[in-house]
Amino acid sequence: MKVAVLKGGRSLERGVSLRSGARVEDALQRLGHEVLPIDAGPDLVQRLVAERPDVAFVAMHGVGGEDGTVQELLEILGIPFTGPSAAACARCMDKVQAKDAIEDAGLPTPDWFAFNQTAFRELGAADALGRLEETLGFPLVVKPSRGGSSLGVKFAASPGEVPQALVSAFSYDDRVLLERFVDGRELAVSVLGDEPLPVVEALLLEGDRYDFEARYEIGRTRFACPAELTPEQERAVTDVALSTYRALGCTGFARIDLILGADGPWLLEANAIPGLTDTSLLPQAAEAAGLSFEQLVERILDLALKPATA
Amino acid sequence: MRSSAMRDLMAITARPEVISLAGGLPDTSTFPPQSFAAQMTRIAQKSAAKALQYGPTEGFEETKDCILEVMGAEGMLPDPDDIIVTTGGQQAIDLVCKVLLDPGDVVICEAPTYPGAIPTLCSYQADVVQVECDEDGMQVEVLEQLLAELRSEGRRPKFIYSVPSFQNPAGVTMSLQRRQRLVELARAQEILVVEDNPYGLLRYGGEPMPPLYQLDGGDFVIYLGTFSKILSPGIRLGWAVAPPPVMEKIVLGKQAADLCTSTLTQYFVREYFAERRWQHYVNDLVEIYRKRRDTMVEALRTYFPAEATWTEPEGGLFIWATLPDYIDTSDLLAKALRADVAFVPGQAAYVDGRGRHSMRLNFSGVDEGEIREGVRRIGKVIAEQVELYGALTGEQPAPKPEAGSPPNVVPFRKAGEAG
Repeated sequence: MKVAVLKGGRSLERGVSLRSGARVEDALQRLGHEVLPIDAGPDLVQRLVAERPDVAFVAMHGVGGEDGTVQELLEILGIPFTGPSAAACARCMDKVQAKDAIEDAGLPTPDWFAFNQTAFRELGAADALGRLEETLGFPLVVKPSRGGSSLGVKFAASPGEVPQALVSAFSYDDRVLLERFVDGRELAVSVLGDEPLPVVEALLLEGDRYDFEARYEIGRTRFACPAELTPEQERAVTDVALSTYRALGCTGFARIDLILGADGPWLLEANAIPGLTDTSLLPQAAEAAGLSFEQLVERILDLALKPATA
Repeated sequence: MRSSAMRDLMAITARPEVISLAGGLPDTSTFPPQSFAAQMTRIAQKSAAKALQYGPTEGFEETKDCILEVMGAEGMLPDPDDIIVTTGGQQAIDLVCKVLLDPGDVVICEAPTYPGAIPTLCSYQADVVQVECDEDGMQVEVLEQLLAELRSEGRRPKFIYSVPSFQNPAGVTMSLQRRQRLVELARAQEILVVEDNPYGLLRYGGEPMPPLYQLDGGDFVIYLGTFSKILSPGIRLGWAVAPPPVMEKIVLGKQAADLCTSTLTQYFVREYFAERRWQHYVNDLVEIYRKRRDTMVEALRTYFPAEATWTEPEGGLFIWATLPDYIDTSDLLAKALRADVAFVPGQAAYVDGRGRHSMRLNFSGVDEGEIREGVRRIGKVIAEQVELYGALTGEQPAPKPEAGSPPNVVPFRKAGEAG
């Protein structure tokens, strides 16, 4: 089968995407497929039209690749592709949209408020900050609405730290959200097809929990898979993750990130195209379920080609 | 290992549409291709077999003669036996760490320090302690206090790493007084100083300063040099000068690492120096870089908001700019990349997460038009963040200084100053 691997692009997560793409290409070659690697650029459509691949493996992360843009093009060109549809990708990428959908489905997600820059620059939204800080309490989390990894995500421990956190978050997107901080265990549930994979837990080894960068530094975070959960906890976590996956209209695969607090799970976000590098969580979860990386890639391709029966 | 998020951001700076003020690239476009061709042809005709063969681990004597010329231009006259030719200056740093460091050893370096030294020091598990710089380089008075504190804890640094001239990234140069004091301290306390001097000959103003190696005579100073900034970084040729007991170990380390430095590029340097024009080429580079530095300084005055400060270096390749403390330059880089311009976030020059409000700007790698446009774009994204912060807090942006008023050159606090 001729498989186009879409990777790179202009997103801030270009580096991760190139690593994901390279690993997928190796696996596809070992599986005996004809591989067409494409660093997504201005000639993307031209190359897809000229090469007519049987299927496209989307290994792009961040804005441009994970937000439905590329998926929309593939839908127009009639090329089957891996992962969620354009509409589902767009919903997952935008944390505000995703949280709306999660809440509409009756699932728990921490309280939040969203603002765009215009609200602050032109409508004096700063005067409303005090009121919402009262509602959310401290510490609170400030996030760009669209963005991957931990980029631009900041904790504010007091009102004085909020403006600076907002300036940082607005560096990544024109819309940001302020979210209530939920204390608890950090879990990720990857879903493949319609099956949840074993739960992964991120354990911070050093540095404090308010340091988001620590999570992406080698040696400062360890991942445990499967996470040590009681059967009840595991069921609760997996149930809400699967419901979120469905509420967002995901197909193929996705990774749902959540916090397990003292009062149960709280959904944070969904990643429509989770990383596929050798340190990424989806491959780790697949491995814990007994799937090698090649088997994972093959399964993802199957799901793209026969979504109805898969 | 450094944050992978930042490493990924830096990966995007290589996109062709991005004006990168992030690199540390010298301009190799001015090296005449016909002279390169002639030199390589002579090598092929006269010494093909030798140039394609292994060479001595220490490097060829003829390469050392070229190194002696370069060091002589700054007043140094080392014993050729104390010199080893390395695969770029970076390998010289790596070898020094390899032979001197055990895990947990204290190494003192400047704050900020050369970003490329940090992964090397960390990979040998050094306990890096950084001493603040001001406009006269590393604050040697602070270093003295630090040494006393370490002594009281029963600890001794294995070495002090410094780029005393036109420092990467801050662009500052250590004063003569501090150089003398540093060398005295090293001698009195028997601590090695590793002097990294890639930019010494790239001076655009002010008076030449004696290298630490010259002041010390090479007893306690290990000297690192490179052809990267005066000829080409692509040939990967640098060197280290060290006293015999250290040199013996470095030679063993080098043997283990790669047996010898590229013989082909050593032959190239030999041929190139034989033409006796290397100093003219350095002078040409100095003229080019001086204009680029002036252009960048001018652009900073025009396009950076009044809240920003920066250094105005007398040489080298870098300017260090500092923004208000509510702007994180790693986050700002994400915004700057959308405007197709890049710089190095200051955090890359610290081991402990400091430097978040500063950035390193390179003026040697792109032409004057791109420098001006690059600084204009960065200035615009900073101004947007300053304005946003104003909208969030009610703080008014500072007024732009009048034309002709003193520029914002307040690079670092002077040692001992309040505030």
